Amino acid sequence: MKLFRFRGGVHPHGHKLLSNQQEIDVLPLPRRLYVPVQQHIGVPAQPVVVPGQKVLKGELIAAAQGTLSAAVHAPTSGTVVEIGPFTAPHPSGLPVTTIIIDSDGEDRWCDEQAHNTDPFSLTPQEISDRVAAAGIVGMGGATFPSALKLHLGHKQRVHTLIINGGECEPYLTCDDRLMRESADTVIDGVRIMVHAIGLEGASIAIEDNKPQAYAAMRSAAEPYPEIRVVRVPSLYPMGSEKQMIQFLTGIEVPAGTRSAEIGLLVHNVATAHAIHEAVRFARPLVSRVVTVSGGAVRNKRNLQVPIGTLVQELFDYCGLVENPARLIMGGPMMGQVIPHTRVPVVKGTSGIIALSQRELGEMQTMPCIRCGRCVGACPVGLMPLELMARVRAADFDGAIDYGLHDCISCGSCAYVCPSHLPLTQFFNFAKGELVTRDVEKRKNDYTRKLAADRQARLQREAEEKKRAAAERKAARAAAKAAKATEQETQA
Amino acid sequence: MSSNPMTTAPLISGPHAHSEESVAKVMATVMVALLPATLFGFWAYGWPAIFLFTITLLSTLAGEAIGLQLAGKPQRLFLLDGSAILTGWLLALSLPPWAPWWVGVVGGLLATLIGKQIFGGIGQNLFNPAMLARVALLISFPVEMTQWVGPHPITTAAAPGFLDGLAITFSGIPNVDSVTGASILGHAKTELTRGIGLTSSLPGHYDATAFSLGTVAGSMGETSGVLLLLGGIVLLMRKVITWHIPVAMLGSVILLSAIFHHVNPERFADPLFHLMAGGMMLGAFFIATDMVTSPTGRIGQLVFGIGCGVLVWVIRTFGAFPEGVAFAVLLMNAATPLIDHYLRPRIYGRRRDGRPLELAERKES
Amino acid sequence: MYAAIAVLALLGFALGYLLGVAANKFKVESNPIVDEVTAMLPGSNCGQCGQLGCSAAAEAMIEGRIPVTCCPPGGKSLAEELGRKLGVSVDLSGMDGPPKLAVVREETCIGCVKCLRACPTDAIVGAPKQIHVVMQNACTGCGACVDVCPTWSIELTPEPETLRTWRWPKPLPVAA
Repeated sequence: MKLFRFRGGVHPHGHKLLSNQQEIDVLPLPRRLYVPVQQHIGVPAQPVVVPGQKVLKGELIAAAQGTLSAAVHAPTSGTVVEIGPFTAPHPSGLPVTTIIIDSDGEDRWCDEQAHNTDPFSLTPQEISDRVAAAGIVGMGGATFPSALKLHLGHKQRVHTLIINGGECEPYLTCDDRLMRESADTVIDGVRIMVHAIGLEGASIAIEDNKPQAYAAMRSAAEPYPEIRVVRVPSLYPMGSEKQMIQFLTGIEVPAGTRSAEIGLLVHNVATAHAIHEAVRFARPLVSRVVTVSGGAVRNKRNLQVPIGTLVQELFDYCGLVENPARLIMGGPMMGQVIPHTRVPVVKGTSGIIALSQRELGEMQTMPCIRCGRCVGACPVGLMPLELMARVRAADFDGAIDYGLHDCISCGSCAYVCPSHLPLTQFFNFAKGELVTRDVEKRKNDYTRKLAADRQARLQREAEEKKRAAAERKAARAAAKAAKATEQETQA
Repeated sequence: MSSNPMTTAPLISGPHAHSEESVAKVMATVMVALLPATLFGFWAYGWPAIFLFTITLLSTLAGEAIGLQLAGKPQRLFLLDGSAILTGWLLALSLPPWAPWWVGVVGGLLATLIGKQIFGGIGQNLFNPAMLARVALLISFPVEMTQWVGPHPITTAAAPGFLDGLAITFSGIPNVDSVTGASILGHAKTELTRGIGLTSSLPGHYDATAFSLGTVAGSMGETSGVLLLLGGIVLLMRKVITWHIPVAMLGSVILLSAIFHHVNPERFADPLFHLMAGGMMLGAFFIATDMVTSPTGRIGQLVFGIGCGVLVWVIRTFGAFPEGVAFAVLLMNAATPLIDHYLRPRIYGRRRDGRPLELAERKES
Repeated sequence: MYAAIAVLALLGFALGYLLGVAANKFKVESNPIVDEVTAMLPGSNCGQCGQLGCSAAAEAMIEGRIPVTCCPPGGKSLAEELGRKLGVSVDLSGMDGPPKLAVVREETCIGCVKCLRACPTDAIVGAPKQIHVVMQNACTGCGACVDVCPTWSIELTPEPETLRTWRWPKPLPVAA
């Protein structure tokens, strides 16, 4: 298969060997699970259980609200103890509505809806319905509802399906281990997706730093000539959707367009695995493989973790050698800082990285020396230094002109910056500021209209009052006149 | 330890990994790359060169320190980032090796105070500080700045000793006219104005091998083209610079000089002469590639390099001054913001003019 | 020389006269920009800027008596737009923090409907003898309701921060 290139990119140290040498271990069932109702992009799910209610593993506990939403299921059997705000796995540490479940230790599945029909006899709609019912979201970290993606893929005549096994983030090895250990189920999930979208085949891209995963997937895909397993070079951000599309097909997704609109769809390997579980065995997404790594962790490894497990439990199991200098959910390039260890693992949690102070290194920021390394590293073709100068001066129009909206926040620029400038945070800040202004502006337009409507209404009311008064007066005058005439005639 | 959750972490956005590069490391790499040519200069021009080098470096640092003091910026951080040392180093390499001490002092202060700190310090200057100082010195003190001595290798008897060297640097060169002479570029220019063509003026004065090695009269660190090329390759391999500026600059000079030399060898020098004489090699690999004052986009860098090359050739061939590297680089420095503004890389999913790609548009597959 | 002086003097008079005529002929009665700026303002005449309504505020802004950042309901986006319109530089540093919105304290609300009538954007809903509620998406935080409430049951409180409203802060300044 002919491969292409994308511009820029960086080669961060992988640190993959830390955690990819051991098999995926199953975390002992935690006693209490904290399941947020929003673990996806879109509208939060609505709880459908009440405190005190008994639930079984896989039972629906919060229902999706519309298509841009995802259902949430009980990760184990037990009792709902509380539904309320709990710290979200988010840098802000703000709360999110969370369903707290006390485990009964039995971990009993609800098997009421088990279906054992052949998935290839189902219609695409039935498959995406099952995927939606299982609450599956993109597990590479983007957490976009998968069913919607499949559905759109079928409707918009997608011609190419790419399965992303790039895992270009340093430290993370959960997809690597999953592909090594469950290649067959991943391939099955891919075949189900191919069927659901109505395609001829799919390409699975795996970075060349995962030779065992590549070999395992290759042999698992052997019987299915329509599934191609492609080895791609290790280059960050290979796992970014747009960059992967460009690398494999040479096509650039036009600015402001979604990849599905030009017939391309990218799904993650872990998502393929989840789809296999959901469609074959009616098992909703209630657990996932999480990489626990970083210099501060004693036994770095991959764990099968129920959704809603506190990060603290992972550290209790794996052990820490020192107090982590920084906690990251996801990989170190695009992952998010989490405020502390009392936040739950969610569907998009590919890893928990506890970095030591030594790994973070000393980051003395210096002024920009215009070395242009960020320009060379940017996979999108931006000039991050110029962009930053404009954001810093609060010149957001200038920043948009320099491509702020095209920035994918991959962090390549900040990674190479010899001055250690927080370029990515400048761009995140600017994007947030623009959203705030947009919200403000829309509210302004709305309230201005409300004020104008009210003015008009008051005026209309006043006029009506006046007219009514005039009419009454006229009527009274007419009555008076009529009376007078009557009197006259009588007289 | 593992039982108590951590307290709120600093609100820092990713990436949480870094290439471990730093400004100081970048500057140090450039200095290492300059070392061969510098040591060669010390060897060829002896103690006076070493004294002048030291004086220039100290003055540059003093200028930087004064500037930082006036601006109220942390002294330690910025003095140790290596940028001021590098500026002084480059300036010293471009000076006549036996120039008097005050040339180094004035140049060093000019470079960091006027060339850099006035603009706001590191990263803010529009012009290359070393070249700004060199040009200011050349225009202000044309005599001192054009007294070139031939090599007096420090290992030979002809070399001035430590004390003689001190005397040369601090009280001037004895028997100036017998030791110093014009550079080859100056010589060729003077002879041309007298109506003597290159084919008659160069033989006996110009020997390609000597000029490539650097065993000729010239600036302290500009003469050895081969060693500078070596340093340039180090920079390229360490990815401190990219190939665009040096290749574009040298390439355009080679192209222009080859064409014109072919047409009229009497009037126009050959490519090798242009490459090895004067500050061409130092300029192409170390001066024009100065990060702060050159464009950051790759296309911009090509345009910048070509501009430098063409200007050097034009100034050397038609200008009043025999050498044009410093002028060419400064002129292109002035154009850098404009180049960066107009020659941006194409953004993913957009056309060059910034509009989104057409939906159906795609590359051949 | 006299000819030159005469010509120049004549030229001066002629051009000066033309300028005078033009100034009279093309005189602008009122500043059209006032209307444009008024149209940009929220139009709720809330008075948070200290002026008598939005058109008065527009005039004051154009004359430079009050800064373009004086309109809290408009927020940063309006301040920037105004700055661009009027060609003045805008210092947004004072406009950080979430906007304040009216909230009815349910325990003490007596359902007098006074606030309903006072609200310039009809953001409060309710009926007589029923507890009133402020619709946050329509409230501009003007405080008109606060002043008329007989039981001091309406307060302006900052909009609570949620995951949806949270934004990355600007990074700390660089060493330079």
